[in-house]
Amino acid sequence: MSGILVVIEQRENRISRISWEALAAAQRLSEQTGAPATAVLLGADTASLAAEVATHPVARVVRVDHPLLGQYTPDGFTVALQQLIQTESPTHIVYPHTYQVRDYAPALAARLGQVLISDVVAIGNGQEFTRQLMQGRLNGNYHHTGTGPCFLSVQAGAFRVEPSEASAPAAITVFTPAIEAGQIRTSPGVPFRGSSQTVDLGSAPLIVSVGRGIKEAENLPIVQDLASALGAELAASRPICDNGWLPMERQVGSSGQTVAPKLYLAVGISGAIQHLVGMKASQCIVAINKDPDAPIFEVADYGIVGDLFEVVPALTEAIKAVKQ
Amino acid sequence: MKIIVAIKQVPERDAQFRIDAASKWIDEVDLQFSLNESDAYALEEALQLKEKHEGEVIVISAGPERVGTTIREALAKGADRAINIACDDLGSRDVLGVARLLAAAIRQESPDLVLTGLQSEDLGFGQTGVILAELLGLPHATLILHVEKTETGLTVKRELEEGWFQEVNLPTPAVLTIQSGGNKLRYATLMGIKRAKLKEVRQLTAAELGQAASPVVVLDRVTLPQKQKSTQILPGTPKEAAAALVEKLKFEVRVI
Repeated sequence: MSGILVVIEQRENRISRISWEALAAAQRLSEQTGAPATAVLLGADTASLAAEVATHPVARVVRVDHPLLGQYTPDGFTVALQQLIQTESPTHIVYPHTYQVRDYAPALAARLGQVLISDVVAIGNGQEFTRQLMQGRLNGNYHHTGTGPCFLSVQAGAFRVEPSEASAPAAITVFTPAIEAGQIRTSPGVPFRGSSQTVDLGSAPLIVSVGRGIKEAENLPIVQDLASALGAELAASRPICDNGWLPMERQVGSSGQTVAPKLYLAVGISGAIQHLVGMKASQCIVAINKDPDAPIFEVADYGIVGDLFEVVPALTEAIKAVKQ
Repeated sequence: MKIIVAIKQVPERDAQFRIDAASKWIDEVDLQFSLNESDAYALEEALQLKEKHEGEVIVISAGPERVGTTIREALAKGADRAINIACDDLGSRDVLGVARLLAAAIRQESPDLVLTGLQSEDLGFGQTGVILAELLGLPHATLILHVEKTETGLTVKRELEEGWFQEVNLPTPAVLTIQSGGNKLRYATLMGIKRAKLKEVRQLTAAELGQAASPVVVLDRVTLPQKQKSTQILPGTPKEAAAALVEKLKFEVRVI
């Protein structure tokens, strides 16, 4: 076995940042194993994307091109990559931890008797893989045993992309998998937007965001009062929108909007990774939470540990007093 | 429609977690356990499909004895019967190992549809459903918010990233992983709780299913995460802390 494969994800012919982060993780592994990293692209025609990837620090780019890979399906991607893995015999397959990867990589790994080490946040010496447990409250260190390739996917923002030095572009090769239409059992439709987006949280300079800690819909006015005292937009974590207490368009996180305001004030939000990815680039993060161990405090600049039902009204009053 | 829902019992999310003496797992002594949230949505979807199209809803769960209470809760909400795989060494099985246990029991039932939540709140691998599909040789779709039965199979609404969605058509039998928020969860009624006591819970063991633990991926150590930022905690009474925060917002963050 030799080499590390990094599966680069594209959407609308664009490569997302997390794919470059997966490449950075692969380079970290390369330093440990001495094996080179090869980038893999899947699609109907990946020529232009491959040329872009080839300028990054990779030993080689493999285009896995087939008309049946033009639209993502779990069956198509699983069949194609299984064949590529058979040919390449890699030691590792590194993925960005995206919805698409979550949809098929576990099946591909299982087909080869392997387990995807998903949502990895760090790679330690001796190929020790760290991933979060208990919604980010604890870390678990894992290792891969036995024979066969090791599959891992890396969390958004966990690996830093270093600016690459200009060098000659990597070689590009084409791999044509054998896929038949009958092997693809699901037929996906064209992606569509949910509700009409009337609230653009992305451009709001100040955001007050509310989470599970608010307990009941009836309690929402206390955060609404805080938002209006500050002149901030009101946002929420997923459970609040799931319960229908606030509309989906106010949801921040991996399944909602990504924001980076001047101030993000999180009220009663514990800070599961799905929420953090949507707001951790904010310039200033303030967290109010009763649990001092809540993961939100790991990204917060200022924190108040206490009962939000006491702290939030006091804060609203204090802001009003200053603004008068 | 015969629907199997794979559910997991997980520690309550508000629990204070303590790492055990060997740093291998958490200390479970004082923990309360409950039904994993997205599994609750999977159960709700199954119950609503049964109400529309008739059939049977069977819940399946693997784990130690305490799992029984979560199974009873699912029966009280309306599942018709349950399969309980007694397994005290869940921690020494990886996600493939657990899926193999579930698949061995599910195969015996030949269901039309297998549902499970998209991710557990404790380990968070988010893979059991997808691996089940692979082991059972069935098509699958993940992150599903809505399921519609069609003449040839199913049309499902799949969540994509950043507020996008997609419809997917697939034949049955199939496996779906359900995202939270697609439905409103029901509570168990008093009558439901009474009836649950009379419902069948089939007891199986890992040995009966021919599945020994042989993990590919091993959890070596549990640790506390290191802080990424130095958070300045503002102490004092709520009033004092609020006043201190207003100072920061006015003079340092400059948003007031």
